[in-house]
Amino acid sequence: MTTATISPSSGGASSRGPRRGVLTTLLGRQPLGIALAAPYAVFLAAVFAYPLGLAAWISFHDYFFTAPGAPVARPFVGLDNYASALSDPGVRRSFFNVLIFLVINVPLTVLLSLLLATALNGAIRGRAFLRVSYYIPYVTASVALVAVWLFLFSKNGFVNELLGPLAPDPSWLVNSKVAMPLIALFVTWKQLGFSILLYLAALQGVPKELYESASMDGAGKFQSLRNVTIPGVRPATTLVVILATITGANLFTEPYLLTNGGGPNGASTSPVFVMYQRGIEQGNPDVAAAIGVVLVIGVLLISLVSKRLLERD
Amino acid sequence: MTQAVSTSADVQDVPRPTHGASARRPRSRSWVRVVVLVLGAVVFLFPFYYMLIGSLQSEPDTSLAGAFPTGGFTLENYTAINERVDLLRSLINSGIFTGGVILCTIVFGVLTGYALARLHFRGGGTLFAMMLLVQVVPFQLLIIPLYVMIVRSYGLADSYLGMILPFAINSTAVFIFRQFFLQLPEDLFAAARIDGAGELRILWSIALPLVKPALLTAALVTFIGPWNEFLWPFLITKEADLQPLAVSLANYISNIAGRAANPYGAALAGACVLAAPAVALFVAFQKYFKTSDIGSGVKG
Repeated sequence: MTTATISPSSGGASSRGPRRGVLTTLLGRQPLGIALAAPYAVFLAAVFAYPLGLAAWISFHDYFFTAPGAPVARPFVGLDNYASALSDPGVRRSFFNVLIFLVINVPLTVLLSLLLATALNGAIRGRAFLRVSYYIPYVTASVALVAVWLFLFSKNGFVNELLGPLAPDPSWLVNSKVAMPLIALFVTWKQLGFSILLYLAALQGVPKELYESASMDGAGKFQSLRNVTIPGVRPATTLVVILATITGANLFTEPYLLTNGGGPNGASTSPVFVMYQRGIEQGNPDVAAAIGVVLVIGVLLISLVSKRLLERD
Repeated sequence: MTQAVSTSADVQDVPRPTHGASARRPRSRSWVRVVVLVLGAVVFLFPFYYMLIGSLQSEPDTSLAGAFPTGGFTLENYTAINERVDLLRSLINSGIFTGGVILCTIVFGVLTGYALARLHFRGGGTLFAMMLLVQVVPFQLLIIPLYVMIVRSYGLADSYLGMILPFAINSTAVFIFRQFFLQLPEDLFAAARIDGAGELRILWSIALPLVKPALLTAALVTFIGPWNEFLWPFLITKEADLQPLAVSLANYISNIAGRAANPYGAALAGACVLAAPAVALFVAFQKYFKTSDIGSGVKG
């Protein structure tokens, strides 16, 4: 197998004789690559492509959990599951909550991570320590961090002690107005370190000469930030927006644990949490699959649109 | 935590040499910079400090002064959580789950990354595009079909295999391997091929030793997923003996905490045990965790 691949590869695009040419067009110059990449390709097919197809199939049928192998009819029901998903106020609320999440998370993340990355860019003592301390929340389990936030934001917790009379009433986690913003804040805090890393890498890619020529043209600090830095890190900004969308659609641990099941009264529920409730707790996987399909399409659309919007010109 | 104090002090020392009146502007600017950086570090680290402090006290003291206790530390919260949640068993489960994922990712990720970077084969471009695409399709949105497949069709509920399967090969790690292999000079490969080495031999004895840092970076990136994952193992494990720590701690927080004597203390003790391995790893190997590596390949 290996010897067969050496001769065509060593000569670059060598095609000696017509038979080899046919094989090369069919399998590529180094067919061994197919064997090496096959496990990953199978994995992607089994864990992404097939489930995506299965989700679409389930969402168009009357589907319920049965014992393995039990023959049951699962009639085609068209868009019924989508209709019942989208007319469910709980589902709508969860989509609206993604919007709340994005409105809070995206500007905060872009602003704060750009600020901290700019401050951290360049020689400074303790730089390695600062970098690590910024991304430590990112690499720590949500469950562990939720435990300490529950403590910090409890009724008689540290944050309310700190705020004194300014503390919200009812307290954070049981207040339907601030529960979802608090989740957005938690996630922003947890994920900020990763955006800082993205911006740091992007800042290092901005050529120094651009700043020099900007200051020679008489640009001040603010102008060179606006005209050099921000356009220079635009790919990182796109990535931050896309990642925020994915995270927002994915929230589960936070509404489940931090606000005790999307509470109060569903005010901080999330799409994945609703999928879990409807699909697995209440046994309607068909409706839950429909929610999932809508979200996958939504996430892909927002990713595409933000890529277009942020990377035009 | 002691490191936190000393290093932030170091940072504050930075502007002092420019105290003279001659360097007024740079001084004020770097003061702003230092204040921003230190404030950031405090905001990021304070909850960790509070987690540790809270786990070591028998009575929760939420007052402002209570955040800086001077004595009365105890390990009883750790004993309390260990009575409700078998910490050792849960840690072993987390380890098996995470170790399995890292092993699969390294083995298959290296092979795939090498193929995508250095070999021309049919479908390579498509596979690369798919690899990028799956990073935009969140796995959580596929929980219903995955649950149907793994729990209902294959009967893999309450098993390590079922836990590992959806995470088995981390696509970001595959991407990292591809980037590292791509950076190696083509001459190296051409020379080896002229000497008659087969592709697998080239991968094992020439390419792999040159991308050793990539192995560590990929292992770190992969570690974050399964070690911290809650939703999937929560869905498919009903037996407490098989639950990773994230799941058993979450169950403790949502079910039992309300009835415990010092509910927060025990939960925080569990949180410390769950957080400690991740924090230790990323502090020890921090220089291998940079987006310049993750994004665009080798440095140095």
